[in-house]
Amino acid sequence: MSDRHFYAGMSRRRLIQGAATMGLLAGFDSLLPAYARGQLDNTNAFHTVRNGADIYDLTVARTPLKIGGTVSEQPITINGTLPAPLVRLKQGREAILRVTNTLPEATSIHWHGLILPYQMDGVPGVSFPGIMPGETFEYRFPVEQHGTYWYHSHSGLQEQLGHYGPIIIDPAEPEPVSYDREYIVVLSDWTFDSPADVFRNLKVFEGYYNYNQRTVGDFFKDVETMGWDAAWSKAGMWGRMRMSPRDILDVTASEYTYLMNGSPSASNWTGLFRPGEKIRLRFINASAMTYFDVRVPGLPMTVISADGQPVQPVETDEFRIGVAETYDVIVQPTDTAHTVFAQSQDRSGYVRGTLATRKGMEAPVPPMYPRTERGMAAMGMGAMSMGAMGKDGDMNMDSGMDMGGKMEMMSGSNDKAHGQMMMNGADSGMNKMSSDKATMNEVPTAGRPISHGPDNHGPGAAMVASSPQSRLDDPGVGFETANHRVLTYSQLQSIEGWPDKRPAEREVELHLTGNMERYMWSFDGKKFSEVDGPVKFYHGERLRLILVNDSMMDHPIHLHGMWMELETGAGEYRPRKHTISVKPGERVSALITADAPGDWAFHCHLLYHMDAGMFRVVSVV
Amino acid sequence: MNIMMNRIKWVVGASALTLASGAGAAGTGVQAEPDWTLPIHDNQVFGQVLFDRMEYQRDGDNELALWDAQAWIGKDRNRLWVETEGETDLSSDSGDIENFDVQYSYRFDRFWDIQTGLGAQTTFGPSPNKERYSAIVGLQGLAPYWFEVDTNLRVTDDGDVSYDLEAEYDWLLTQRLILQGRGETLVAFSDVEEWGVGSGINNVGLGLRLRYHFSREFAPYVGVSYTRFLGNTEDLREREGEDVESSSFVAGVRWWF
Repeated sequence: MSDRHFYAGMSRRRLIQGAATMGLLAGFDSLLPAYARGQLDNTNAFHTVRNGADIYDLTVARTPLKIGGTVSEQPITINGTLPAPLVRLKQGREAILRVTNTLPEATSIHWHGLILPYQMDGVPGVSFPGIMPGETFEYRFPVEQHGTYWYHSHSGLQEQLGHYGPIIIDPAEPEPVSYDREYIVVLSDWTFDSPADVFRNLKVFEGYYNYNQRTVGDFFKDVETMGWDAAWSKAGMWGRMRMSPRDILDVTASEYTYLMNGSPSASNWTGLFRPGEKIRLRFINASAMTYFDVRVPGLPMTVISADGQPVQPVETDEFRIGVAETYDVIVQPTDTAHTVFAQSQDRSGYVRGTLATRKGMEAPVPPMYPRTERGMAAMGMGAMSMGAMGKDGDMNMDSGMDMGGKMEMMSGSNDKAHGQMMMNGADSGMNKMSSDKATMNEVPTAGRPISHGPDNHGPGAAMVASSPQSRLDDPGVGFETANHRVLTYSQLQSIEGWPDKRPAEREVELHLTGNMERYMWSFDGKKFSEVDGPVKFYHGERLRLILVNDSMMDHPIHLHGMWMELETGAGEYRPRKHTISVKPGERVSALITADAPGDWAFHCHLLYHMDAGMFRVVSVV
Repeated sequence: MNIMMNRIKWVVGASALTLASGAGAAGTGVQAEPDWTLPIHDNQVFGQVLFDRMEYQRDGDNELALWDAQAWIGKDRNRLWVETEGETDLSSDSGDIENFDVQYSYRFDRFWDIQTGLGAQTTFGPSPNKERYSAIVGLQGLAPYWFEVDTNLRVTDDGDVSYDLEAEYDWLLTQRLILQGRGETLVAFSDVEEWGVGSGINNVGLGLRLRYHFSREFAPYVGVSYTRFLGNTEDLREREGEDVESSSFVAGVRWWF
């Protein structure tokens, strides 16, 4: 297929056939869905429109595929592709989604971010019994919203094996955004090992996949930069807590091959454009465990929606996308080829693709950012960086630390340490905070005292955050010294505000807890199997959900069935999300209208955290 | 109404499952219908076998083979734990199983297990052999600053009481090259001459082992080991004509599956 064909506007169907042929000739790694070749409309064999309903037939199967040159027997595909095909719906129409299971085990599809009746939500054990082998389950619901979403299995660890795909819902009314072309960019993490083995490795050996742990050499590097005393207190502080500042992602590139629309870097997923065009990129993080930092080096990106919901356009150079989040951005290429670069949050690996005017073009692939480690903000001790601590060599950490490893630095007799640390913070980490004072002032939970219950959540929580902060204007670990623009939640503002203007009548607070040593993950120190019942929301109420991250990791927290309006300080222009990424030591809050009766899953969207117990049922009664 | 029904079914389902999963289960979260699968399975049984040291020791002309292994099976907080340690003299083919302990292990703290069970100690080889048994209570876990600690209080079937402590610390030289420091000691509260035990501190052992991880699971090592007997135990050994001090070169593998 030549450029001439592409530009001459050949029919969509011819284009697909051409692309498919070319794919075969070029030795494409896996069988890719049509959208990976740029075909985003919904004319295909498994989609029909009848009586005002979009009808899709989706077949779940195990399909051997070649990924990055290696054949794997284990992919779980839908209609034969990895990732699964695009489900394109229309706001205001009905969706009828018939899912046939040809696996020897039960499966399911959860429509991530879609507002629908709970029986259609697709969580086995919560919304329905699952789709048994050989069965076809018909999902049927009115499509109320528009935007970029995705779907995936909610059964066991199937999602790790390719059982995920994108959803685009076209708006009933045209959106106030203009672009000439659009692409979906599904980011994911692939393993050639059995997900059960990955889980077992995490369970029996702390840090199994972390090949960036602190070494003796790192200690001496600290001595060089901070001096003996500070390096020693830093090592001592982490050592007393028995926490690793280097535990950024549990599963790293030592295990994963990162994929962009099903292609590893070497296969170079490519989106074609004509010079001068504006391109809408719909990013979906369909990973099991990987946060990505995404940029198109040399091009600013204008973020126009987050989690499918429109936001006031905000220009940025880079964004971090938590697992299960989506961002729509608009870019306007200035060159004939641009790299789309997504590196894992821990900088252990990356996947790249290319926006190009011709197939086969490449742009320079940037080096990954240097490895990084977490600072004191992660411990829930306020927004300070380790740099700040370094300058203060004489800070006596011992006085503030509980030898049992509990982080009680800020409480009681440790007020002196507290004051001292806050002062230091003002020199560095606090600068970011002061740039957006409004946020600090308007976040309703800011400055509240914190309670972790009588036993600090028990053995299920290796630590608690003594002074959790709002970190919504902090782009997160690894961006401490970034001198380019990185998107933060505090920059997201909705366009019109949301229908329910009521203040919260009630508050529900949940703490995100974990113990890496045994890979136990939970809410309030209790795994799903350890709690007696659901979290109750009362039908019709307006409530504030407060999430406090007592762990040392970022957690993408997903509520099914209802929007979470993230309280960023933007007043009624607060953005609403289906998945909120909560940083270590952070406290966030969201307003929720409990308008969806039934049982809903509520969980961390890191697959192995969820499976380890970080899961609850929210029951709207 | 429907939801009300679901609520009721839940309670029934949850109760049934609590019963099915045995006593001690605080609850089963929630599950809309009793015959549905659980949405997640966070209470699985895992297990591991770890040969912490399978090694050859050489002190002058004395050659020893030594093992130090543990295995566990269970859930996050309740586990069955088996530990064994022993050595054999390669010239005489005699040796002893210092301990073979079978213990129930419960995670009562974020970093600590309390363990209790029964242990056996025996000798083997050409000379007359002996054995004794003990009841054990101990702690195993991760102390501040990343020290792996295993400590036990033992009461033998003859009523002799002893206390042992082992601690290990890993220095990561690189991500795969690890220097392990190891210390151990044993304190007895009575003389047990038959077993070469004097009251008081019996011995102090120190070791340094440099291992290279070909994988997380498999790491061969070389190192040095030093043991010094003390107090009454030292006297006892001197009377028997045994060494009271030994410095050895060691080589072995650390391996788990």
